[in-house]
Amino acid sequence: MLLQVKDLVAKLRDEEKVILKGVNLEIGAGEVHAIMGPNGSGKSTLANVIMGNPKYEVISGDILFEGESILDLRTDKRAQKGIMMTFQNPYEIEGVKLDQLLLIAYRKLHGEDKTFFQLDKEMKALLNEVGLPSEFLERFVNLGFSGGERKKGEILQARFLKPKLLILDEIDSGLDVDALRIVAEQINKLKEEGTSLLIITHYARILNYLDVDKVHVYVDGKVALTGDKSLAYEVEETGYAIVNGSTNTNSSK
Amino acid sequence: MMSDLHELLYELKKREDFEIKVNVKPAIKLPAGLNKKLIYEISEAKNEPAWMTEHRIKSFEIFEKWHEPDWGVSREELDLSKIVPYVKPNAKKTTTWEEVPEEIKQAFDKLGIPEAERKYLAGVGAQFDSEMIYKNIKEELKKLGVIFTDIETAVREYPDLVKEYFMKLVPPTDNKYAALHGALWSGGTFLYVPKGVKVPLPLQSYFLFGNPGGGQFEHTVIIADEGSEVTYIEGCTAPKYDVVNLHVGTVEVYVKKGAKMKYLTMQNWSKNMFNLEIKRAIAEDDAVMTWVSGSFGSYKTMVYPATILKGDNSVSENVSISFAGPGQHIDTGSKVIHIGKNTRSTVDARSISIGGGWSFYRGLLKIMESAKGSKASVSCTGLMIDNKSKSDTVPIIEVYNTDSDVGHEAKIGRIKDEQIFYLMSRGLSELEAKGLIVKGFIQPVVQELPFEYAIELNRLVDMEIESSIG
Repeated sequence: MLLQVKDLVAKLRDEEKVILKGVNLEIGAGEVHAIMGPNGSGKSTLANVIMGNPKYEVISGDILFEGESILDLRTDKRAQKGIMMTFQNPYEIEGVKLDQLLLIAYRKLHGEDKTFFQLDKEMKALLNEVGLPSEFLERFVNLGFSGGERKKGEILQARFLKPKLLILDEIDSGLDVDALRIVAEQINKLKEEGTSLLIITHYARILNYLDVDKVHVYVDGKVALTGDKSLAYEVEETGYAIVNGSTNTNSSK
Repeated sequence: MMSDLHELLYELKKREDFEIKVNVKPAIKLPAGLNKKLIYEISEAKNEPAWMTEHRIKSFEIFEKWHEPDWGVSREELDLSKIVPYVKPNAKKTTTWEEVPEEIKQAFDKLGIPEAERKYLAGVGAQFDSEMIYKNIKEELKKLGVIFTDIETAVREYPDLVKEYFMKLVPPTDNKYAALHGALWSGGTFLYVPKGVKVPLPLQSYFLFGNPGGGQFEHTVIIADEGSEVTYIEGCTAPKYDVVNLHVGTVEVYVKKGAKMKYLTMQNWSKNMFNLEIKRAIAEDDAVMTWVSGSFGSYKTMVYPATILKGDNSVSENVSISFAGPGQHIDTGSKVIHIGKNTRSTVDARSISIGGGWSFYRGLLKIMESAKGSKASVSCTGLMIDNKSKSDTVPIIEVYNTDSDVGHEAKIGRIKDEQIFYLMSRGLSELEAKGLIVKGFIQPVVQELPFEYAIELNRLVDMEIESSIG
């Protein structure tokens, strides 16, 4: 098992209110999972806690990656183990060019296995794939990017950095149909290259383009229902009310 | 297109830092303290003409009368009577590195100076303690009439030029330290670029300090004659001693009609240095003066590069970055005085405070009544890396006419936790994340620098951040 989240309870460090209320989740190598849930249910918190955002505090439970607990690891160490997340609103780093960040990050994660010229070539090929202009790499990270550019930039980073597990935090929000299709293509390519994915979303529409192994319905700090792709469409039709009364889920143990 | 800079930066990050240690017995080391007898001795050691001896003595008299400036960094720990004002290195002035004594040459080798000279400089000067020990310029520039030498040589060989320009822009009466400098000046650069000559590569002087308790008082005069273009780089470094050292350098730049002058400083004095400098330029019609300054080292610094836009349509650009780490107080700022019509100026000053350091921006923009139709913008930004550090900005703007356009922006910020988390999620450690954000912050300065210096600057940032929070 690549990722195991066990009875995870977590809150914001500076607040009392518990956000994750006993999350259970298992993702196998090469699998694609989607998590759907209403606004404010703590989906993004789950992504942040797995990535080790120090803003959050784990109260109980565990997160295992490749069988080992990562709770004591700082974010960069988790990244070096192969975990990555894309951000809903990725942060601006003024004065730092995207290619500069990509190169530094690649060396941190993969060392010297490729030359500078190979990496340079890869970056440009990816740029082409996601349909961004060549000067995009020269721009400062996320500064003045449009909504679509930010999301494409995030997915480009993921393709380039090749994580074992990629958590996509609302990668589909704010994208038009064309951009959505491009992003979905990239997700499929990541899967082909062996990356496992956890897709956090409000909507089933991105799943139209994807082969999804499991869909989890996430309500009020917990995974309430797990099923296959059809569950996503059910949720879309009936809303999250679907959870009420459905006690025969495989997540309550 | 991605430059190789990023890759090189990565390489450099891995490289161990060098430490400069110089152990050379000086030829002359005058006793500490300040008195007329000592000033006569300096003048005699330099075999100076009487007019220069007189200049020194007059300056000293002014120094004795002048009061200490009542602002800027605290100078309580600076005891001028304990400073050794003149240390003559045991080395002859030469134009080939082979003739430089081995220990001194090794130090400059470590700083990469001879290599830089071969690769991308039009000329190099090297000062060790109080004297220039090396000065060389490419033959073809010499033939075009470019003069690149130390002031001592200029006093002997071009007395008329020296008399016309030396301490005319920064007279000994300017302030107490200008007077002290006038009395004790030693070494430095004299650069004259004739009319219409465009020097294709930068010229550089490097200042190295080899003696504990010493003072360095180098003087630089640059004259860019009409229509000429030149870039000059000044680098400073010193090993750390446990006593206070003093640097009171003075720079005077004359940018004649239509000339373009760019003055770059990379200041990395050791953290026991009082660095009290005076830098001033005067620009005539259509001239362009650019100051690019990086202040990293020193214990306490006061330096305010100034441009007087005397001529119509003249331009001043001022880009600076200062870095105040633990125990450091860096008080800097830009001064621009608009006198001519349609003059333009920009100031982009950035400071970083870390580990309890204190950055103070103290700037002046003055647009005189005569400077009709002028345009100026001042932007000063402070970045604080932690809560222990301090950052202040006092940008003074005075405008004495009604048809000039002045823009101003001052900002003090902190690195956001979200930015650090974002970068850490890409595999960077907290230190590397902060370093990258800081490098981004100083990027406008870095892009003004020649490639090799950009690398050096980035390397300094890494070292400073590591030693401050690592």
